[in-house]
Amino acid sequence: MATINVAGKDVEVDEEGYLTNLADWNEEIGAFLASQDELELTDAHWEIINFLREYYDEYQIAPAVRVLTKAIGKKMGKDKGNSKYLYELFPYGPGKQACRFAGLPKPTGCI
Amino acid sequence: MSEAGVIKKFLYLNRKAPYGTIYALESLEVVLISAAFEQDVSLAFVDDGVFQLKKDQKTDAIGMKNFSPIYNALGDYDITKLYVEKESLEARGLTLDDLMDVTYEDEDDDWAEKPAIQLVSKTEMADIMESQDVVLSF
Repeated sequence: MATINVAGKDVEVDEEGYLTNLADWNEEIGAFLASQDELELTDAHWEIINFLREYYDEYQIAPAVRVLTKAIGKKMGKDKGNSKYLYELFPYGPGKQACRFAGLPKPTGCI
Repeated sequence: MSEAGVIKKFLYLNRKAPYGTIYALESLEVVLISAAFEQDVSLAFVDDGVFQLKKDQKTDAIGMKNFSPIYNALGDYDITKLYVEKESLEARGLTLDDLMDVTYEDEDDDWAEKPAIQLVSKTEMADIMESQDVVLSF
């Protein structure tokens, strides 16, 4: 099992870089995971990451991109609930990439 | 997809209790994956499968994740038809009140919240199965 070292603490990740234990997550780890993709997280990123964490907390599932886009649109408005906006924030895919930063598993149904 | 635009009716038939075997969870995973292909998906719960929708599931003592909240996310995946067989419920001393309030928001009706669970008789369930293109049993 691979580990990453954040602020002197070893954290387990799977072969694709997703946290093994959801409970290990904190914002520092989120920022570290983003830095692996050479991304600096802004408030706009955090807004999506926090939304994903809340969604997981309620439904025990990381939503697929289509579902995420629709749900964001409903909560934050159409200017954010569209693929263009979300892919600009998370170029490797708002589902896959944002979930990894959020410490969640890879979305089910993400192919 | 090779046949773009072809929408088939898929029914996922759930017959087993939620924990103890992996069938219920595997079925859900396949359902969620298949939702990406934008097909007409519905779920059926018969026999011990009706326990999958039981309210207030507590799994701490068996060391399994309680995955029942996922059923409430199905609406987001445009899966809005959960058929429960009345006879199976009754044979287990259960009523609709013992099941979770699974709802979905109807996009075409100003996001009105509607119940996803439909109680059907054995005969109706047979008709539902008959009308499908594909039935997958778990």
